[in-house]
Parts: sequence; C-alpha cells; structure tokens
Amino acid sequence: MTSHTPRLTPRFRMQWEEAQQAWVLLYPEGMVKLNTSAAEILKRCDGSRDVPALVADLENAFGASGLESDVRAFLEVARQQQWVAW
Amino acid sequence: MGGLVIPTARPGPPLWLLAELTYRCPLHCAFCYNPVDFARTSADDELDTEAWLRVLNEARAQGSVQCGFSGGEPLVRDDLEVLVAEAHRLGYYTNLLTSGVGLTEDRAEALKRAGLDHIQLSFQDTTRELNDFLSHTRTFDLKQKVAHTIKANGWPMVMNCVIHRLNIDHVDKIIEMAVALDAEYLELANSQYYSWALLNRDQLLPSREQIERAERITNEYRETLGDSVRIFFVVPDYYETRPKKCMNGWGNVFLTVTPDGTALPCHTARMLPGLTFPNVREMSVGEIWYESDGFNRYRGDGWMSDTCKRCPDKEKDLGGCRCQAFMLAGDAAAPDPVCDKSPAHRVVRDAVARAQLPGKVSSAPLIFRDPKTSRQIAP
Repeated sequence: MTSHTPRLTPRFRMQWEEAQQAWVLLYPEGMVKLNTSAAEILKRCDGSRDVPALVADLENAFGASGLESDVRAFLEVARQQQWVAW
Repeated sequence: MGGLVIPTARPGPPLWLLAELTYRCPLHCAFCYNPVDFARTSADDELDTEAWLRVLNEARAQGSVQCGFSGGEPLVRDDLEVLVAEAHRLGYYTNLLTSGVGLTEDRAEALKRAGLDHIQLSFQDTTRELNDFLSHTRTFDLKQKVAHTIKANGWPMVMNCVIHRLNIDHVDKIIEMAVALDAEYLELANSQYYSWALLNRDQLLPSREQIERAERITNEYRETLGDSVRIFFVVPDYYETRPKKCMNGWGNVFLTVTPDGTALPCHTARMLPGLTFPNVREMSVGEIWYESDGFNRYRGDGWMSDTCKRCPDKEKDLGGCRCQAFMLAGDAAAPDPVCDKSPAHRVVRDAVARAQLPGKVSSAPLIFRDPKTSRQIAP
C-alpha cells in the first residue's frame, strides 16, 4: 500500500452537514455519517498523497504520533466499502 | 381525535425528502403504491414550480440531505430540470426515480447539467412489460436505450424491479437483463401490500416455494457475479414473524410531500383516519416536522398497545407499520398484523395460506392503476 494514493470514488460524495454537525458520505439513496477521525482521514483521500504522507499530515495537524496502523486499518475497511480506491 | 402528542425526545432532522411531483404516469402498474384515490388530485392541484422550490429550500434548511424526485412519473413535469438544479445548488444528493419513459437523450443531458446525482430505473408494468421483456421486444429496447443514456452520462446504474407472484419465477432472466444493461445495483423488491397491490394481493403474493427458489437463484448469481452487480433481495413482510421498522420510524427520517403539497411521514399515511396532515402551502417544513399533530402522533411509544409496549422487540421494529395495522386490523395504533403476537395476525396467515395454492389463487382480474379505475373505486 506504501506507494498508493487513496482517493474517494466517484460513487460517493463527502460533505459537511450543519444539521447533523457531521461529515457525511452520500451515495444513491443512502448516507453514512462519519465520526471525526474517519472524516479527517477521508478528507485527505484526494489522490494527491500516499499513505505515509497522509499519516504525516494527520499527525502534524493533530499533534499526534503513531497513527499509521489505525489509518491503514480504516483505509482497508473504506476500500472494502468502495468509499476509496487506489 | 386526541390532542397534540409531545414526544419525549426531539426527533432528528427529516434527512430524506421524497418529492412526489405528480401522480400522472404513463404506466398502469397493478402494485403501484400511489393511493387508490390518486385521481382526486388533478394536474391543476399539483404544487407549482415556485412552491416546490420553496419546499426544497425549507427542507434543506431543516437538514434534509437526500432528495428523491418521484411520482407517478416525475419526467411528466417539465420543470423537473429546474427543481433538480435548485436541489443540487442547495447541497442535496439528488435521486430520480423513474420508469425511463420520457428520458430522452436531451432531457438526460439537461438533468446532468442540472446536477442530478443518480437515476433509479424501474421495471414496473406487470404483464405487458414482463412479456415484452421475456420476448426481448419493445420494452427491452426502451430500457436498453435508457440504460445506455444513463451510463453515457456517467450515472451509476441502479435497477429496481418489483417482484411478485407473476414474475418471481423469471428472476434469473431479470438478473441477466441487469447484467446485460451493465447495472451496478439491482433491487429485487418484493411488492409490499398497500394501495393497488393490496387490491391485487391474492394475485400478487408469491408462494413460499417461489420465494425460496428465487432467493436460491439470486444467491447463485451473486456468487458468479461477485462485486460487479450488487443484488438486493427484499422478502415480502407477510412471510416474516416480526414486522418491519416501517420508514425507519414514524416521523424519524422520512418526509414525503405529495403532488398537492400534503406532507406525510410515509407515502401511504394519508389513508389513516382521524389524522389531518399539514400542507406545505399552509405550514413551513420545520413546523410540519416538529409541531404538527400528524407527524407527532406515532412518535415515541405513548400510542402503543400493551402488546407492543411490553414487547422486548419494540425498539427494533417500533410496532411495525401504522398503515398495515389500519388496513389489516382496522386500528392504526394496533400492532402490525405481520407480527405473530398481533391479535389480527390471522389475516396475514390466511393470505399466506392462500398463496400456497398452486397456480392462480384468484379468478378475479388484476386491477390496473389508472385514473378511470381510481375514480370508480374512490369517486
């Protein structure tokens, strides 16, 4: 996965919903309400960065470290759900 | 009837807005969920463009995010593109639920430009379409053309086929057609017995054997096809022993606005007696959702019968469907008779027992949904 650059698939649209105070993924006749960490990861899945860069960006933004395994686990689930592809 | 019911917790926003733009439709499906008395709403009674634009704005401000344009056949409205464009501008995910009749290449391109996100293409007309499709003639040609147009515009291809006693044995052909049309999703939705389908229930309810066979075939195709087509198979609730959590809860997620502007917690709720539902011409979407008697009546559990109140499953199914309770038990607050704890469950059991008879259960002809029949049944 190291050199892959995850991006949101065209089947899903991500947007902030004021009424729900949450980021959501929208798709035909459906919606997934995202928790904060899922949203922060998916926001960075724009095809411009590979996973290490994505992790570095997150760790930098939140002053955290050691996020890589959690991020990779989430991305694997997100790929199974076809939210992201690489 | 009863006063204002104050539910214990404030409900969440009306996330799903179903805009039933018109009851006009070129098809005559015997399982149509439009009310049997739909012909009482004429084209002149329909909300105009401006009123729909206001509804879209108000609902979005209340948190609606999925918007379905439905009917009847929504393509009958020549302002569909204007409404889709506004919905898109407001940030809705926009869905068009159509038979494909009227979806010319020009209109498809205009809808694409307007920002339409998704089209659900339905296969609906019972016998004629079934025959057409089995013999690969007119209807197949139309659907193929429309499917091609949908794909050419980059929309995901979602096919919906209402399943019943008369077509369930051809589920393999239906799946093959979905594959041939390059569909990403296929919904094999067994008819639910409301409105026109209830009139035709004996002719439409499949036998248990038919359902099991269709499910088995569907599973075989799922294995062969893998992820290329996602197939959903919805069993008729008459074959369950616990009811469905209808509309995911009364006034919980869904807001339907009918062609004349009546706001409903589901598309069939207008049948319920003793309830007046508000109209978007007279009340704002926020007031309708949070304050109207119609939307508050069956929220929470205060309205439930003792059977439901004491049931450990009451959070799971919320007592089932209020319309089904009214239609089959004569009381909208009764447990849904699909539930085997319901005192009226016999009605469902009897219908299911009749469905096990071989061949034609009823000698009565199918009643097709059309304005003339609607006026005869409900003058």
